[in-house]
Amino acid sequence: MKKSRIRNIDQGAIMKLNKILKNTLLIVFACFALSACATSKKTTGQMQGDVYTGTDTVEYLASGVPDRVFFATNESVLTTASRETLRKQAAYLRKNSKITIVLEGHADERGTREYNLALGERRANAAKDYLMTYGISSDRISVLSYGKERPVDSGSNPLAWSKNRRSVTVKAN
Amino acid sequence: MKILSHIIIFLILFPIKSYGLIEVDITRGNLNPLPIAVSPLSIDENSRKDFEKILKKRNIGDEISKIIEVNLKTSGLFNPLDKDAFLQAPDIANLKPRFEDWNLIKAQALITGKVSYVEEKLRVEFRLWDVLAGKEMVALAFTTVPNNWRRVGHIITDKVYQRLTGEKGYFDTRIIYVAEEGPKTKRIKKLAIMDQDGANNKFLTLGNELVLTPRFNPTSQMVTYLSYFRNLPRVYLLDIETGMQEVVGDFPGMTFAPRFSPDGKKIIMSFAKDGNSEIYTMDLENRIVEKITNHPSIDTSPSFSPDGKFICFNSDRSGYQQIYVMKSDGSSVKRISFGKGLYGTPVWSPRGDLIAFTKLHKGKFYIGVMRTDGSGERLLTENFYQEAPSWSPNGRVLIFYRETKTDDKGEGFSAKLWSIDLTGYNERMVKTPTDASDPSWSSLLSN
Repeated sequence: MKKSRIRNIDQGAIMKLNKILKNTLLIVFACFALSACATSKKTTGQMQGDVYTGTDTVEYLASGVPDRVFFATNESVLTTASRETLRKQAAYLRKNSKITIVLEGHADERGTREYNLALGERRANAAKDYLMTYGISSDRISVLSYGKERPVDSGSNPLAWSKNRRSVTVKAN
Repeated sequence: MKILSHIIIFLILFPIKSYGLIEVDITRGNLNPLPIAVSPLSIDENSRKDFEKILKKRNIGDEISKIIEVNLKTSGLFNPLDKDAFLQAPDIANLKPRFEDWNLIKAQALITGKVSYVEEKLRVEFRLWDVLAGKEMVALAFTTVPNNWRRVGHIITDKVYQRLTGEKGYFDTRIIYVAEEGPKTKRIKKLAIMDQDGANNKFLTLGNELVLTPRFNPTSQMVTYLSYFRNLPRVYLLDIETGMQEVVGDFPGMTFAPRFSPDGKKIIMSFAKDGNSEIYTMDLENRIVEKITNHPSIDTSPSFSPDGKFICFNSDRSGYQQIYVMKSDGSSVKRISFGKGLYGTPVWSPRGDLIAFTKLHKGKFYIGVMRTDGSGERLLTENFYQEAPSWSPNGRVLIFYRETKTDDKGEGFSAKLWSIDLTGYNERMVKTPTDASDPSWSSLLSN
């Protein structure tokens, strides 16, 4: 009995050890996989889904207040990051109540010209609506769509296109 | 209208009996273009000298026949034969062709003619012959001001085309388009107009403001287009003859995607407000504005059917860009595009039977046509980027623009006009002095 119990204990310990080993291996694998992901994400550029998350083209209305937000293909929905940017803009505009702005809506080159004009207008209005919910009067905001006419990046690749799908807040006075 | 009024055309149609004469089938891709001989138009020495003085062309008869030749070749339906092989001199051929000689070089049709300088006008006579049957098919004479000599070539081509295909031609026409220059990020765009064959290119704006999507009035020399004048994107009306411009309507926001109604009396366009684009019409006589669509999605790129009873347009009310048709009062809206991918820029054919469109599917752009109920979709051409087809006035050819991909440094970009036959054959680049986009084809000028 004793003997076998010991054996049992031993076996239990061995099994535990196995489990620990297995788990660490899994973790190690997971680490590898994650780091692989991280590196591959870097090479495809600074995008989440197909929304640009980088800062290459971003200018600032004031220190810490980015001037633009980015959109997914064919979308005019504001991302979490976009809403955060627009809240910063709203705070800045509340503090500087004499500033009026133009929201310039843009699309990438992968769409027909006329539809893109409408899409740019829709994107700029998404930004306008959000600024208004944070207390900026519509009197201070005008909207201008450029469609695909004014890209910031002239490349023909997904990263360039993601930088071009944007609404830019420009001081008008 | 001025241009039209100072071309005086006397059409003297000789009676033509119907024989079993040659015909060109244009409903199929033509892989065997008809061999045709375009004999240089004969000219007497005095007339030649007069025209040389006025037009600075050594032999205007040769020049006009060259225009006809290029037109016929470009259509893809004809194969103009090499002039070096011609056995008969122009002056004799014009009177009585020796059909055996033309038969020998395998010409099936022959064009002959004569130009002369009469009372400060250019007088032209021409004949189209069926070489095999040894019969005259068309004989026509007309007079015009010498400066219209290129149009003489186009009008002759139209008559030949019509006689041999049974359908009206599209050669005495012009194309309005957007001329482009400069880097992609700061493109300078101007309105430009040229003859269908690329001659007489003229810029209509200076490039100080962004201009887009010019479209001809099918009944006059008016054009409607989008201008960013003073950074306010609005639809404008331009009279090409006088240069007069005006804003169309008084909208509190961006108007875009303009087009004329088939009778030329209304403009149909989109008006964008608060993130929603709707389709409106404005009557150019009484200035009455009507709202045609009413939907929170994007509704744009409207185009009337030639009878004015229906409108096709682009909407994303289903979630993505698709083509819809409605009655001209905005009722009975029906989606007609159901293939895979996104559809845009629907344009109703002047014949009424087809709608041309741009399609985006799996990263490729296509120009295609479908019937007006959405059936019979046919893709004519595939490329990295192309869009905005515009119909030739006879509904047989589409002109559109194509952009090339840029490399990683953003270089290698170009935008060019291309044309393609409705059959999907005969794809050709249309030469322009600068990069070009947004072409719109005029109606026949001489009809």
